Amino acid sequence: MSVPLSLRCLLVCVALFGGSAHALTPQQARALVVGEAEPRIAALNAVLAAADEKTVALIQAMSDDAVKFTDSAVFVMKDGKGFDPVSGAEVAVPDTAEDVINNNQMRGELDTALASIKLFSPDNTVRAEAVKTLASEPDENKLPMVEKAWAAEQVPAIKDALGAVRFAILLGSADKAKRLEAATALGATGTPATKTLLLDRQKVETEADVKAAIGVALKTIEGRLAWGERLGVIFTGVSLGSILLLVALGLAITYGLMGVINMAHGELMMIGAYATYVIQNVFRAYFPGLFDYYVLLAIPASFLAAALVGAVLERSVIRWLYGRPLETLLATWGISLVLQQAVRSLFGAQNVPVENPAWLSGGVAAMSNLTLPYNRIAIIVFAVLVLVGVSLLIARTRLGLFVRGVTQNRKMAACMGVNTARIDTYAFALGSGIAGLAGCALSQVGNVGPDLGQSYIVDSFMVVVLGGVGQLAGTVYAAVGLGVLNKLLEGWQGAVLAKIMVLVFIVIFIQKRPQGIFALKGRSAEA
Amino acid sequence: MSAVLPTSAPTPTVTSVPRVGLLSMKSWGAVALALLVVAVVVPVLNLAVPAGSAFHASDYAVQLVAKIMCYAICALAMDLIWGYTGILSLGHGVFFALGGYAMGMYLMRQIGSDGQYRMPMPDFMVFLNWKEFPWTWAVSDSFVAQMLLVVLVPGLLAFVFGYFAFRSRIKGVYFSIITQAMTYAAMLLFFRNETGFGGNNGFTDFKRILDVPIATPSMRMTLFVLTGCTLIGFFLLARWLVGSKFGRVLQAIRDAETRVMFTGYNPLHYKLAMWVISAVMCGIAGALYVPQVGIINPGEMSPAASIEIAIWAAVGGRGTLIGPIVGAFFVNGAKSWFTQAFPEFWLYFLGALFIAVTIFLPQGIIGLLKRKKESS
Repeated sequence: MSVPLSLRCLLVCVALFGGSAHALTPQQARALVVGEAEPRIAALNAVLAAADEKTVALIQAMSDDAVKFTDSAVFVMKDGKGFDPVSGAEVAVPDTAEDVINNNQMRGELDTALASIKLFSPDNTVRAEAVKTLASEPDENKLPMVEKAWAAEQVPAIKDALGAVRFAILLGSADKAKRLEAATALGATGTPATKTLLLDRQKVETEADVKAAIGVALKTIEGRLAWGERLGVIFTGVSLGSILLLVALGLAITYGLMGVINMAHGELMMIGAYATYVIQNVFRAYFPGLFDYYVLLAIPASFLAAALVGAVLERSVIRWLYGRPLETLLATWGISLVLQQAVRSLFGAQNVPVENPAWLSGGVAAMSNLTLPYNRIAIIVFAVLVLVGVSLLIARTRLGLFVRGVTQNRKMAACMGVNTARIDTYAFALGSGIAGLAGCALSQVGNVGPDLGQSYIVDSFMVVVLGGVGQLAGTVYAAVGLGVLNKLLEGWQGAVLAKIMVLVFIVIFIQKRPQGIFALKGRSAEA
Repeated sequence: MSAVLPTSAPTPTVTSVPRVGLLSMKSWGAVALALLVVAVVVPVLNLAVPAGSAFHASDYAVQLVAKIMCYAICALAMDLIWGYTGILSLGHGVFFALGGYAMGMYLMRQIGSDGQYRMPMPDFMVFLNWKEFPWTWAVSDSFVAQMLLVVLVPGLLAFVFGYFAFRSRIKGVYFSIITQAMTYAAMLLFFRNETGFGGNNGFTDFKRILDVPIATPSMRMTLFVLTGCTLIGFFLLARWLVGSKFGRVLQAIRDAETRVMFTGYNPLHYKLAMWVISAVMCGIAGALYVPQVGIINPGEMSPAASIEIAIWAAVGGRGTLIGPIVGAFFVNGAKSWFTQAFPEFWLYFLGALFIAVTIFLPQGIIGLLKRKKESS
């Protein structure tokens, strides 16, 4: 008889569980398997407190729907063969044997029963999982096992969680003193689940002082949850801000420094996102083992793809329109239409799926009701890195020097031997490449489709307008500020009104400071 | 004093000699011909000539031309503010849509109890379980009041928005982007059901106008003639405006705003006046558009719809008055042909048009024709 892994693990649990196990009797086995749900649950709870490995094997088999019975016998099925649950010997299964049917209630009981056995597993993760299962259904019958496990537990995090489960069970206890103790103790844990538990109890509680203790506990929990929510809003705001920052950084170069108003900026982002999609597919098809690292190649690929398209655009269209911003606006809008339609022809009009690599999915639980997803954290870090990279590039490198020179005085720069036309192309390609990076980042958190750019273009221009032209610092403050403001208002008034309020705010702000937060001072301000 | 005067004053180049009348005799003839076609020829060809005849104007063609004439009014309005005042608006769609919505509200009330739910309220309100009309619908059952709103709502929005924008001397691309943000915000607002204008679906399924069924051939033709006459009327109005002193100041603002300011004019008043006139024209175009097309929804406020208005004016030729009308007919004619024949290529064509016109045809089709005429 081959023993499956999960069962073997359970058997180890039982071995640790202690010596007072009774051997499973045929009567017990029958009571567990045959009859109405209610008596079966009673039987389950009766055998659970002192289960031996045969009992555990039977419960596991029931949970796996691998038990049959006849009028006189019970069979545990394995690989098409029947085994007697008590002796473990192989027996012939008659054709009349029926499957054991578990309703939802029974199934839940089996799960928690297995979980309470797993509380004694030597594996930390198995125990943590088991505590989670038990926490969802506090049941007084499991109390002895929970208390025993709690006393034996060594890992502090699991011990705390077990304690919470214990108090959650005690909250329903008949003993008033225990309820009081539980209510006070639960106040210190503060998960949303505890809150519902306490609220439920508050409704049926009759004793005044227990009720008061529950009230106090609820208040502490609510206070803590409110903090979690507030931090959550700020985090999503910063996250949105970091995305806006990535989008606006490219614009800060093409529009802010070069004065080219590029309505196709969003479509360059889209190209970056589709480049990520292509790289993902290449990795999936040819290097499935390295799939988790496709993002590392997608970052330079999206930069290069967008930068290349940007360079071609600058050479073919935008160069003829320098100094005519309104015409540039219309021409680049035309470019954006062509690029969108091109992507539709190549990849279809539907959104394409881009998967997070394993190390970017999931998140870190900062508080009981606040989980910070890894992909959003990664984008914040990425945005900061790109920002540092761009500011170093502009401030410290030869290319940056040339770009600033051409921006400030084109003729003088040309006289000093700078190839201004080439610098224009490089600068525009750089801005476009950063848009591609933004698209790569966006593909990790949102949909990738032909309309990807459209939804960000108004926002990103707002960032540049608000931050002031020709200013990287202004762009940063404006992006993060708008992101947080947007999310704060969203929590208060809903997404659409929040967006409208932000737009109105910007229009009013421009009234006061037409040049943005950080206005250029002196002669260049008029230009 | 004489020391600062330049030794040889540049001879002022007169771009156009002030005309004595509004139009030359030849142009008046063209206008009269256009009026004749719109008010007599098309109605006769559509209503009197039998459907089998080669001269019959089909309902589809009439409706298409009527729709494009509404667009042409928008293009004309855009030309006045962009071509003659130098302000590119990327938000004219919002004025068009507001005029359309004002008309649509009246048409919704005219449905009466003939909607899907057989209730006196518009269907979408019944669907949302509203018991009474929101305040915005207070005068919606009066035709005269709603027609006033067609003018007042876009005009007022343009006045408030323009006043604050021009007062802080927001101009050029900044102004364009802010107008785009305005129409985008309005679109989001109208997408909401709570705003009270039908949300995503907007208004549709109209039955009557002034208690006359809307779908009859004679009603359709009446609206067609009305639209055509409005277009011609606005053309004459625009001609008068740009030829007047007011229009000359506007063109001076377009070419050198700072210099106009130093000469003692306050550009704010001039720009604001033209901005409001342009918005009201768009609103009226929207009001004519809705009963003929039979639907108005927030899609008309999308930034893309507004920017298309600009391309109509650019394709035809900015700074001429006939140009935007030609442009609207050319682009929209191409659109209806492309979307039928090669739907997937329409956006390529439109995009290429944006690029080609700005690079190769800064004066548009009219400019091209003029150059041909001069060189021959």
